[in-house]
Amino acid sequence: MFTPAAIALIGTTFVASAVEVVEAFTIVLAMGVTRSWRAAIVGAIAAFAALVVITAIIGVSLKDLVSESVLQLIIGTLLLIFGLQWLRKAILRSSGLKALHDEDETFREEQAAARAAGRETRMGLDWFAFVVSFKGVFLEGLEVVFIVITFGLAAMNSDTARVENGMWFAAAGAVIAAVVVLLAGAIAHKPLSAVPENAMKFAVGLLLSTFGTYWTAEGLGYFSPKQNSLHWYGAGDIPWPILGIFLAWLLLSRIAVSGLRQLPAARRAVVARDAAATAADLKPLATPATAG
Amino acid sequence: MGFITGFFRFWYDFIIGDAWDIAAGIVVVLVVGALLAQADVLVEQQLTLLIGAGIVLVVASSLYFEAQRRGRSA
Repeated sequence: MFTPAAIALIGTTFVASAVEVVEAFTIVLAMGVTRSWRAAIVGAIAAFAALVVITAIIGVSLKDLVSESVLQLIIGTLLLIFGLQWLRKAILRSSGLKALHDEDETFREEQAAARAAGRETRMGLDWFAFVVSFKGVFLEGLEVVFIVITFGLAAMNSDTARVENGMWFAAAGAVIAAVVVLLAGAIAHKPLSAVPENAMKFAVGLLLSTFGTYWTAEGLGYFSPKQNSLHWYGAGDIPWPILGIFLAWLLLSRIAVSGLRQLPAARRAVVARDAAATAADLKPLATPATAG
Repeated sequence: MGFITGFFRFWYDFIIGDAWDIAAGIVVVLVVGALLAQADVLVEQQLTLLIGAGIVLVVASSLYFEAQRRGRSA
């Protein structure tokens, strides 16, 4: 039951989902602390319910109503949509051209917006907190839904690494991620800024782009005269094409990061980032000396 | 009106985000790939390789133009 492929599937959806749950948690926490816990939690639960319905509808229709090659094309395109966006942002962040995602900063921005907003009550709820929580959880959750569906269906239809009940394993990875993040958040009671989100997004972006490229190319076979899935060079029991595509994306990423770091704007940003990190590292050491 | 623009903005941000050039490039690769598959002029392994290379090229050129843009604005 827990084959290596199934464990890899759970691990992938766990990491991908954890990043999104951390972001959603920050938004709900900011609304709860600043406005109303009741409205924030009801908003999060309502968004979760909407996501469950969407997952059921999309999952069933994709699985039962379309052919294998169309399924591959849809899965591949969805994976590419997210994967390439994540990978591009990760490359720009690593090179210094884009600010690193900072949950503390996001938390402060959300709190400032919450304080500035007027108070409006609907259905007995603080409407601003409800709407912001709902949108935050729904938007981040929708990405989780697509990741779970695409990886779940991909594993169930794979020739080389098939996972029976792959959808359940993929969903389990996401649920475990949600439980772990919420437990950690409840204990810490602050934004989970220590989670290495940027590194995780880089890794997940690479994986999503790899599988997206693989499945999209195979799925385009739907337009061929036989309407069968296309195959890659080296396809067989060992998934060499997937490994090759992964290495191609990794190589492109490393070259892009190295090249972009040479830009003056990136150099200045990296120097400023390093200085800020050094200042943050020295802060605890400076406190006793100052106190003494 | 606000609901409609909000609805489309949500899906635009969700699917295209801040890299419209990548989304447009992928659409071009998909259309060209579909036409080549329909024409049946390449061995399927050549076609998958070509599509994969096309997707990588789209991202590489998007990053290249991003670097050019940032270089000019610096």
